[in-house]
Amino acid sequence: MRNQITNLSRRGFLQQGLAAGAGLTLGAHLGGFSRLLEAAPAADGATAALEPNAFVRIGTDDSVTVIVKHLEMGQGTYTGLPTLVAEELDARWDQVRVEGAPADASRYNNLFWGPTQGTGGSTSMANSWQQMREAGAVARQMLIEAAAKRWQVDAQEIQVRDGQLSHASGQRASFGELAEAAAELPVPESVFVKDPKEFRLIGDATLRRKDTADKIDGSARYTQDVSLPGLLTAVVAHPPRFGARLKSFDPGPAMAIKGVEKVVQIPSGVAVLAGDFWTAKRGRDRLRLEWDESDAFKLSSDAILEHYKTLVEAPGAVAAVQGDAEAALASADKVVEGDFAVPFLAHAAMEPLNCVILPDADGVRVINGEQSQTRTQAGVAAVLGLRPEQVRIDMLYAGSSFGRRGNPKADFTSEAAEIFKAAGGKTAVKLQWTREDDTRAGWYRPLFFHRVRAGLDADGRPVAWHHRIVGQSIAVDAGMEARMVVDGVDRLSVEGAANLAYGVPNLYVDLHSPKLPVPIQWWRSVGHTHTAFAVECIIDELAAAAGRDPVDYRMELLDGHPRHQGVLKLAAEKAGWGTPLPEGRARGVAVHASFNSYVAQVAEVRVRGKAFRVDRVVIAVDCGMAVNPDVIKAQMEGGMGYGLAAALVSSLTLKDGRVEQSNFHDYQVLRMDQMPEVEVHIVPSAEAPTGVGEPATPVIAPAVANALAAATGQRLRTLPLKLA
Amino acid sequence: MVEIRVNGRQHALDLDPDTPLLWVIREHIGLTGTKYGCGIAQCGVCTVFLNGAAVRSCSTPLSAAAGGSVLTIEGLESREGRAIQAAWAELDVIQCGFCQSGQIMSATALLTQNPAPTDADIDAAMSGNICRCATYARIRSAIKQAAAALA
Repeated sequence: MRNQITNLSRRGFLQQGLAAGAGLTLGAHLGGFSRLLEAAPAADGATAALEPNAFVRIGTDDSVTVIVKHLEMGQGTYTGLPTLVAEELDARWDQVRVEGAPADASRYNNLFWGPTQGTGGSTSMANSWQQMREAGAVARQMLIEAAAKRWQVDAQEIQVRDGQLSHASGQRASFGELAEAAAELPVPESVFVKDPKEFRLIGDATLRRKDTADKIDGSARYTQDVSLPGLLTAVVAHPPRFGARLKSFDPGPAMAIKGVEKVVQIPSGVAVLAGDFWTAKRGRDRLRLEWDESDAFKLSSDAILEHYKTLVEAPGAVAAVQGDAEAALASADKVVEGDFAVPFLAHAAMEPLNCVILPDADGVRVINGEQSQTRTQAGVAAVLGLRPEQVRIDMLYAGSSFGRRGNPKADFTSEAAEIFKAAGGKTAVKLQWTREDDTRAGWYRPLFFHRVRAGLDADGRPVAWHHRIVGQSIAVDAGMEARMVVDGVDRLSVEGAANLAYGVPNLYVDLHSPKLPVPIQWWRSVGHTHTAFAVECIIDELAAAAGRDPVDYRMELLDGHPRHQGVLKLAAEKAGWGTPLPEGRARGVAVHASFNSYVAQVAEVRVRGKAFRVDRVVIAVDCGMAVNPDVIKAQMEGGMGYGLAAALVSSLTLKDGRVEQSNFHDYQVLRMDQMPEVEVHIVPSAEAPTGVGEPATPVIAPAVANALAAATGQRLRTLPLKLA
Repeated sequence: MVEIRVNGRQHALDLDPDTPLLWVIREHIGLTGTKYGCGIAQCGVCTVFLNGAAVRSCSTPLSAAAGGSVLTIEGLESREGRAIQAAWAELDVIQCGFCQSGQIMSATALLTQNPAPTDADIDAAMSGNICRCATYARIRSAIKQAAAALA
């Protein structure tokens, strides 16, 4: 059973894909940068015989190349999106190759973001789900038509399986053998996509990632690895405080180092350029710089938090209201109250930020693990006086990102453009930040403070929920107010709190968004990183105050939210919730929905004095149809681990405006000996797929805090968690 | 002029002897599988073998490697190294991949010295290698799987 798609938007897609396809030929795309790379894998030499749309190309050598519009930063886009194409095409998985899409929002926009190309918000699979399946189905249909014509048979009688077309008459042909003939045919006006019952690749947990082979032998290419003739590497001295301005500098000591080619001033500091990183870094470290810090930001994290504690006393912009929470609190049988604080956090992606930029025939070419093509095109074009379309972008892998490479102001790609311009605009430049630069240059998960007050009736049921949130607005600072701020409420600050799933008749949530010159940004799971912590800790306290089991209590209050209940029930069952544990051990639970997916986690902790370890975490996820179950498991494991770092050890603090941490010795992250045993269970679903990159991250901190409360009686409400 | 052997090939380099081995390997010899992550031996993405021992190349000056033999991810051919890579592939350990050359070198060093590591041995040998994608659970499983395959 195949489902025909004939709607107009689909035709629009086809026409667009066809028009665009004409401009994207194999030769044109590989002709530039790939040839310049000294060790680029040889192109297969096959002609791109069939190229029905912007996403799939079938070669005479039987290769199926899938063009992926989303950055591969570890989350599995280079496996997931090709799975959709290969499924509908009935290709063999081993004939599928992957290529990163160029910057072109007319063809490669994120369908959830309008005319914007970029990766984020755990949208890659969800926004591509239909688009990539259709792309594969179109190619399949054209191969069938070509075979029908060649064999003089009815197209309906042709079978496609594992990259082969066949007919009962005994005729057989591979994709490669039919590709040229298929390319002569018109692109179909409508195609069929499979009924899920027919899926062979979608849902196959044994399907292996496409990026494993080159990531285990050192051949995978990241921005850090780009080498070009004449390339200069730039290392930048940034201001010591946010808002400090360069007063004067002496390039002499840097220029005195053999190999330093240029020292240039740019808006964000001073860049030293050399033929290699080490020389440029030595030059940067020798620069003599004088900064004007009269207008610089000089507050400490402690002072910011104290300020937020005064703000929390007054009403803010209302994010959600139902009934009368204050009145219900006043008449409640019991009131539970909690103040929660979370620090600034650096993304601390493994690959320190970097960007390559070089002159191109009609503008410039950026080479980058690019998360936000449209913003980078705009940012670089503005610096260089070009039109955005004159900024080409070659996509490489990113050594993770967690949001940082999708900067709202294209900060580091624009900085690369500034250096390129200041250095004369004729030489290829690679901007490479050190780890210290990466830690100290800002764009953090903002510091947040929450106060929650909840009231119970005599039966232990919550009758009032009053939640006040204080923290910088990412959307306002990003210039995205129009889309994301409603009545003074940045939805990125209240997501996961304003839409409380638990049934409480009197609900009030409000927000203060104080302005600070500390640059802030989305950090894996954004607002949920702090809202889930506050909400899931308080609900646990309510269960305790009501004398109820934390899982049973949540299940009851989640009436009408079957997907929350589904993951909660599954995680509890698999974790052995309620079964006895040895002395000093305890379990804690949390459940939270984000990015349209549902995650529950049960954490098991072992406590000894003030020290504790998270020994085991059981995760249940409902992310709709599981396209790549093993990638989903990996994202649950890793997303939880990323959140666990913030729960246990990570904290970025300001002292008189200076960032106190600089590298992994003082900005601590999760290490092997802190990683729990982890089990992931996926709820079977027929819904369209939703996000998996972020939803596991916010759930672990409250699960661990709740486990520690069960073990010790201490309710910890500050991250990272420290037992008294 | 400093002479070093990298993956079996001899190189004579006219470089400041204080240059970290990492940048010699990456930018002067052109082997980019070994990565820069911290520069202070805190993250392990730069791990290579020097005369058979795993070292952090970002904090090893070229002078310390003079006359020595360096092995990088590109030259990994030992029985243990192959088994580690095979297990990494079977379990799809990688995510972003940036730290994985270093993880594989450290894991190979571990298995070369200790063919049957316990969880505590793995913690001790691998806790200097950071993975921000937190692939640690799969790294642990893959090390055990490789050990079993070699036994």
